[in-house]
Amino acid sequence: MKLGYFPGCTLKTNAKHFEDSAMQVMEVLGHPLEEMENWICCGTVFSMTTDDLMLQLSSIRNLLRAENQGYDELVTLCSMCYNTLKRAKEFILNDEENLRKVNDFMYREEAKFKGTTDVVHLLSILKDRITFDEIKKKVTKPLKDLKIGAYYGCLLVRPKELAIDDFEDPTIMEELVDTIGGEGVVFPYRLECCGAYQTITEKDITVKRTFEIINSARNAGCEALITSCPLCAFNLDQRQKETSEEFLEFSTMPVFYFTELMALALGQKWNKEWKKLHYINPVPLLKEKGLI
Amino acid sequence: MSLKITRERIKNSLVDKIEDISGQNVFDCYQCGICSSGCPVTDYMDYSPNQVIRLIQLGCVDEILNSRTIWICSTCLQCSARCPKGIEVAKVMEALRTINLRQREGTLKPEDIKSKDLKDLPQIALVSAFRKLTG
Repeated sequence: MKLGYFPGCTLKTNAKHFEDSAMQVMEVLGHPLEEMENWICCGTVFSMTTDDLMLQLSSIRNLLRAENQGYDELVTLCSMCYNTLKRAKEFILNDEENLRKVNDFMYREEAKFKGTTDVVHLLSILKDRITFDEIKKKVTKPLKDLKIGAYYGCLLVRPKELAIDDFEDPTIMEELVDTIGGEGVVFPYRLECCGAYQTITEKDITVKRTFEIINSARNAGCEALITSCPLCAFNLDQRQKETSEEFLEFSTMPVFYFTELMALALGQKWNKEWKKLHYINPVPLLKEKGLI
Repeated sequence: MSLKITRERIKNSLVDKIEDISGQNVFDCYQCGICSSGCPVTDYMDYSPNQVIRLIQLGCVDEILNSRTIWICSTCLQCSARCPKGIEVAKVMEALRTINLRQREGTLKPEDIKSKDLKDLPQIALVSAFRKLTG
């Protein structure tokens, strides 16, 4: 079974610490990530129109290239890449006419798209392939006394056909937190939209969403949030600036990618460069818990 | 809100177009309202998601095509996941945006984004907004 890694745009820039820490984690777990060649934009958001195949082309081109490079599975870290690639694949494969038409665009590719490469999120690899029991054996610095809220957002659990866990009551990320020695805290707003790309046109909405989501986590006892989506991370972390200005009673909370905390628990050193990519400084909390 | 419902209005070709682009049958909706109760951004909408479906059933497509609601929807898919009749409401919203976008009527003009914001915003935010909101 050959695994390929699909990074996507933001993993190379604003979410570089997500990629770095995931690489470290998979190295320690004995399954190093191998980046596929010649990847392009995943499509970012799945187009739900039934009649416009142009909007599916970049997703399908990536999947075709992964197929041609011999990967059985394509692993993504970003929730949006996972969702977009997987839905595009289902949409095209479920209709022979779509499959024929989309292949008409693939002139310069080596072969035709057949849909043989599966799209899998890293969390599923950790749970189903490596297993949490195995991960637990490699934990050298458990996240003792750290209460963490897992923010799933939308795209790991909806649409329900491709949810990585139960679409209304997932536990995979909380189980992961427990595995690395922390306390996974369930909070009410963990599956609610952060406002996504409204962060550009309707900033007020994302500011209010951030306020509500982080307050909900705080009231449930969380000290930090984890996520796997760079857009959620941007809204929930960077938008705390505006949230603090808008809501005087608001108190801030660090937001991590789940792999950052995994890397620490697996004995990896905290990379000082990562701090620059956080808006809310996570260092005081990590120091308080004796993790760095 | 009062509406004059006529046979011509209900037999509107735009309703067919919405059903065609979305692949959804809006006439399956029996107005339980679960889509609106789960939607996290109804506060910002002029019509709630169940009202959007009802107005399409009544052929009042112009009201909806010009509404704020369709641009506020961020396709989080909560409505689609919960609809007891299996209507993917988010796909209907996408069809409504699409009809506007195909006439070059979007809500985001790339040149309006401030250069400071451009520096701060990750690609994932920019590209997704362009795909959903730019005609």
